[in-house]
Parts: sequence; C-alpha cells; structure tokens
Amino acid sequence: MIPRDFEYYAPKSISDALGLLKQFGDEAKLLAGGHSLLPMMKMRFAQPGHLIDLGKIAALKGIREEGATIRIGAMTTENELIWSKLLQAKCPLLVEGARLISDPQVRYKGTIGGDISHGDPGNDHPAIMLVLGASLVLRSAAGERVVPADGFFVGTYDTLMKPDEIMTEIRIPVPEPGSGYCYAKLKRKVGDYATAAAAVTLRMNGEVVRDVAIALTNVGPTPLKARAAEDSLRGKALTDTSMNAAAELAMSICDPVGDQRGDAEYKTAMAGEMLQRALRLARSRTGH
Amino acid sequence: MAKKQAVSFKLNGKPVDVVVEPRELLIHTLRERLLHTGPHIGCETTHCGACTVDLDGMSVKSCTVLTVQCQDAEVLTIEGFEQGGALHALQEGFTEQHGLQCGYCTPGMITRAYRLLKENPNPSEDEIRYWMAGNLCRCTGYQNIVKAVQHAAKKLASTSA
Repeated sequence: MIPRDFEYYAPKSISDALGLLKQFGDEAKLLAGGHSLLPMMKMRFAQPGHLIDLGKIAALKGIREEGATIRIGAMTTENELIWSKLLQAKCPLLVEGARLISDPQVRYKGTIGGDISHGDPGNDHPAIMLVLGASLVLRSAAGERVVPADGFFVGTYDTLMKPDEIMTEIRIPVPEPGSGYCYAKLKRKVGDYATAAAAVTLRMNGEVVRDVAIALTNVGPTPLKARAAEDSLRGKALTDTSMNAAAELAMSICDPVGDQRGDAEYKTAMAGEMLQRALRLARSRTGH
Repeated sequence: MAKKQAVSFKLNGKPVDVVVEPRELLIHTLRERLLHTGPHIGCETTHCGACTVDLDGMSVKSCTVLTVQCQDAEVLTIEGFEQGGALHALQEGFTEQHGLQCGYCTPGMITRAYRLLKENPNPSEDEIRYWMAGNLCRCTGYQNIVKAVQHAAKKLASTSA
C-alpha cells in the first residue's frame, strides 16, 4: 500500500512550518507521528499534495511545569509522556491514558498533539483533556490563541482548529495533590480503539464528593463531557446507588455508532460500566 | 510526480544514501533498494510488528514511516545483530528457547526486544508481555518468546557484569 504522490517538507521552525501551511493552504497536511495520517494516506482516504513534517521542530517537544501549569509540546510522544517523572508525580492520569494507547511501537511515534487535533472520537487524549481542564495553544501566521479543550471538539474529524493553524502546546492545570483519577478503557485487544472508555478526576471531602469531572471516549461523534452525571455526584456521598445513577445519566448522552466492536446498546452499556469502574478506582486513589 | 529526494542515514552502522520519492515507505527502501529483507511485510497496516526496526532509539513499524523522515537517522535491522560470527544474546535466546516456529515475526520480535532490554534490562514477565504487545506471532502462543527474552536478559546481565 503506497500513498498517492506528494511533496514533503521538514521545516526546522514553527514559523517556517506556518509559512508552508499558508503557501499551500488546503493542499497541505501536517504530519505529526503519522500513525493516523499515514495509514489514511496509504488507503487513499487522505491525499494531501503537500506533507509538512513537524518532526524536526525541537520547539514543539518537551514537558515542563511553569507555575501551576504543566506545559506539553504538541509533538511530545506517548512514550515520552509515559516515562515523564513530572507527569508520573503530578498528572498520573495522563500516564495511565498514554499506556492504554495502541502498542509500544505506535507510542514511540504517536504524539499528544496529533491525537488531540485529529478529531477522531476513538482517540484517548480528548476525554482526558476534558477532565483535566486543559487548554490548547493554536498558532497561525496571524498570531496565537488559547482555547479550552472543552468545546474544541466539534464533530468527527472536526475541531476548532483552522487549516492555517498548528497546535503548539497543551496546557494542563496541575491537579490538586490528593486528587483521585482514572482512565478506564475497554478494548478488544492491544492496538484497538476503545469500545468505550471513561476518564474521571475526583476530589473528595471526607465521604462527600467535593468535585468530579467525567468524560467518555468513542461513544459519540466527539468525546462527551458528562455534565449531568457530574452534577448528580457533587456534594453527595459516593455510594453504589449514586454511582449507578451517575452511570445512567452518562449513558443517556451516549450516541455511539455500532461496528465490529459492538452495537450501540452494548457500547452505551460499556460506557456506563467503565464510568463505574473509573469512579471506584479514582476514589481509592484520592489522598486524605 | 513529486521530485525525488536524497536521503542519507546509517543502516546497521554503515552510511547509506538513497534517492526516493517522498511517498516511499522505509520498509520498501530497506527491502527493495538496500536488500535488507530481514524486516518483513506482514500486515502493511501498523498492526503486526513484523516490519519493526530500531530508528534513533525507538522501535518503529517501518511500514508506517516514510524514508524521507529518516535523514541523518540511525537504523538497526536484524541484519545488524550478529557480530563477528557470534549471535546476539537475543538470537541465541530465540534459538535455545524455541521462540519461533515459522520465523516470520522473529526479526521484528528480536528488534523490538532489543530496545525493550535497553530500556529495562531486567523485565518481569508482565513487563515483557506489555512492552512486546506490538508484535504478533501466530505460531508460538508467546510463551517461548517470553522465555527467549528472559534468556537474553540473563545472558546480557552476566556478560556486562
């Protein structure tokens, strides 16, 4: 399987990449890790005339803490997220999520920015970004804007990102120490997308839920923020009954497409189950 | 047709130069231009791991990397493992522990295991299974592949001590 003919560029700076993007417009595609785009090009679902490889731009890599924010370069790979001491200590949810993405070889190449900007509802970082309250930095020749992850995902393969923009950075507020977290993902096998998955962050005040964030993967055209489920849990004790009720509310917003992973009813049920597992594990991880 | 590009990289320690169309995949350059047929084409869709090579310290599936992305890279394939007539500890492990039957997945398995042991010289069985999960084998049931990697880990530990 060989992609259609294209011209290849490997700019060394963001401004050079933006210049190429401006020059070629709709004809161009940005290449990050290439493990979604290249397979699509091999199958000729994508046929860009110009491929702009972001892999040689050092400024797009790295993980650092600045004040109360973790800043992650968009071209940072899944494997780099997994081995980051900073993330292991301060944002283990991101590490847990990255470990469940695809397989080792793909994680050496796949990037957090590529995963988020692709707009595939099967990708795992979008739901995780929603519960972490992340912001996304988008740059064009005209300047830079910072948009919240919540609202960024518009539809399948559709985001707020414009064709002349490059995602440069992901900003995550450092989670409060003692926050519980979990990414519970059901997949048929290593390398598969989620049948359904749930991301949770949780802060407890004794037995009572002080705050909770919930998002679901691959049970709708975008990741879904389960707001009614969150509201139902806040300020109340976390019990089997309350978690079951929250799962019912989360399931009521699911609208998955049936495929070889299961029909819509099964996927919806599994989203509820993943949420209950994620809530239980998140609670066991909260500090006191 | 897009203009061909010259790409220079190191293959198993030796400099190589190729001129390729941008759309050429690394697996085809290795097999068809450089006649390194150790990396195999299994699925062509990033699933099976038979085409795994080591690229700048990463295990990658060479069916999903463009050759033009490899300018100045260091590439290691199964052909680079044997040194001076002596098998690498991983090759010995796969032989001794019957880590293969048909052998189709083996170059990818060994190349992946090489990077795994560089990153984690003494992996547990669970760690081996987790970090080798990008390579499929349809013959062995994996048990002997795990043993082969453990065999190599022991041998490498004893020779480096």
